[in-house]
Amino acid sequence: MNQEKVGRQIVLPFSVSVRISFNSMRIRLGRSFITIMGILLTIAFLMSILAQASIQNALISRGSPAIAAKITVDESTQARMRWLISLSLLVCAVGITNSMLMSVTERYREIGTMKCLGALDSFVIRLFLLESLFQGIAGSLLGIIIGTLGVTLISLINYGSEVLRVFPLLELFRYILFSLVVGIVLTTLGAIYPAYRAARMVPAEAMRREE
Amino acid sequence: MPEDMVVRTRGVKRIYHLGKVVVEALRGIDMEVRRGEYISIMGPSGSGKSTLFNMIGGLDKPSEGRVYIDEVDVAQLDAYELAWLRCRKIGYIFQTFNLIPVMTALENVTLPMIFAGMSLDDARDKGVELLERVGLGTRVHHKPFELSGGQQQRVAVARALANDPAIVLADEPTGNLDLKTGKEIISLLKTMNREKQVTIISATHDLKMIDVSDRIFWIRDGRIERVERRADVSIEVGEIEGE
Ligand SMILES: Nc1ncnc2c1ncn2[C@@H]1O[C@H](COP(=O)(O)OP(=O)(O)OP(=O)(O)O)[C@@H](O)[C@H]1O
Ligand SMILES: [Mg+2]
Repeated sequence: MNQEKVGRQIVLPFSVSVRISFNSMRIRLGRSFITIMGILLTIAFLMSILAQASIQNALISRGSPAIAAKITVDESTQARMRWLISLSLLVCAVGITNSMLMSVTERYREIGTMKCLGALDSFVIRLFLLESLFQGIAGSLLGIIIGTLGVTLISLINYGSEVLRVFPLLELFRYILFSLVVGIVLTTLGAIYPAYRAARMVPAEAMRREE
Repeated sequence: MPEDMVVRTRGVKRIYHLGKVVVEALRGIDMEVRRGEYISIMGPSGSGKSTLFNMIGGLDKPSEGRVYIDEVDVAQLDAYELAWLRCRKIGYIFQTFNLIPVMTALENVTLPMIFAGMSLDDARDKGVELLERVGLGTRVHHKPFELSGGQQQRVAVARALANDPAIVLADEPTGNLDLKTGKEIISLLKTMNREKQVTIISATHDLKMIDVSDRIFWIRDGRIERVERRADVSIEVGEIEGE
C-alpha cells in the first residue's frame, strides 16, 4: 500500500453535498437566518414596489372613477415609479451580493481546510451553490409573501374593498415569479463568485485570509 | 533508489511579493525524509517553517525547485491527483486546530474518509475508533467549541490519521497548548509514529519535541542551517533554552 503511486480523487455523489450543505446551514442557523433576513428584506422591498405599481394601475384603469381620481397619476408619478423600481432592483443586487459575499468570505479558512482534507474545487463550489440556493429560495419566498401581503393590506386600508374587485392577480403572479428569479439568481451569483475564488486559491492562501 | 524517501525537496524557494517588497521566505531547501522518521523543523519565528510546511504538504506552490512525495513530483499532478494526495497520503495538523466549526468531532474525523469515497457507516465506525485511540471516546458528538484546546487538537490528530496517510505534517501542533497538554499531544504523535510507522514532520518552536524526534532540521532565514540527530542534540537543549 505504501508503494502505490498517486491516484485520482473521486467526485462525490450529489447527495453527499446536499447533506453536508444542509447540515451546515441547520447548525449555522443564526448566521443563516441573518443571511436569509437580508435576502428577505430586499426582496420584500422589490415586491412591494412592484405590487404597489400593479395595484394602482389596476385601480386607475378598472376601478370606479371616484377612487381612480384619488390616485393622481401624471408624468412625474410614472417616472417616480420607474425610478423606485430601478432603485429597488439595485438595492437587491447590492444587498444580496453583499450578504452572500460576507457569508462566504468569513469561511475562507474552512474552505482551505476542506481542500487539505481532499475536497475538489468543484465540491467546494457545489457546497456553496447549494447553500445559497436554499437560502435564496427561503429568503425570496418569505420576502415575496411579506411584500405582497403588506402592500395589499395598505391598499385595502387606503382604497377599500375596491382593491379586491380589480385585484391584478395575473400581473402580480408575474411579478412574484420575477422577484423569485431575481432573488435566487442574485443569491447564487453573489455566493458563487467568492466561493469560486476561494476554491481556486491554494489552500495555504485560503487559510491565511480573515486572520 | 538506495533508500525509501517519502519526502524529498530540491532547491525549493518561495518568494512573496508584497507590493514592491520581495520576501524570500525559502531560499533553497534540500531535504530528505525517510519513511517512518519523526522530523522536527525548528527555527526562529519568521524563518520559513510554515512556508516549508505548505510546500511539503502541497498546500502552496514553490516559486522554484521541486517537491517529491513518494518520488512523485507534486508540481506534475493535476487537480484530481493533488486532491487525492492531500486526502490519502498526507494528514495535516495546524496550530489553530482548523476543525470545521459546525461539525462534531466525529463528523470532522469522518470528512476526509467521505472525500476518499468511504461509505458513511464505515467512516463512522473508523471515526469512533480513531477518537477512542486519541482518548476522546466520550466526546464523539461534541462540537469544537465545546472542547478544550487539547481536545480539539486530539480531534485534529484523529482526523489527520483518518485515511492512514504515509505522512503527518504538523505546523506548531503544540503552539496554542499549555505545557502538559502539549506534552500529551507530542506523545500521542510519537505513539502513532511508532505504531503505524507514519512519518511525522513537525514545524515547531517547542523544545519538548526534540526528545521524540529522530532528526531535527534547524532552519534560519529560509535555509537549512544544520541537521542533527536526537542523540547529538539532547545535550544542548539546556543551552538553547537559555538562549
Ligand atoms: N502569504 C505571505 N505573504 C507574504 N509574506 C509571507 C507570507 N507567508 C509568509 N511570509 C513571510 O515569509 C517569512 C517566513 O514566514 P513563515 O510563516 O514561514 O515563518 P515561520 O517560521 O512559520 O514563523 P512562525 O514561527 O512565527 O510561525 C516571513 O518573513 C513572513 O513574513
Ligand atoms: Mg509558522
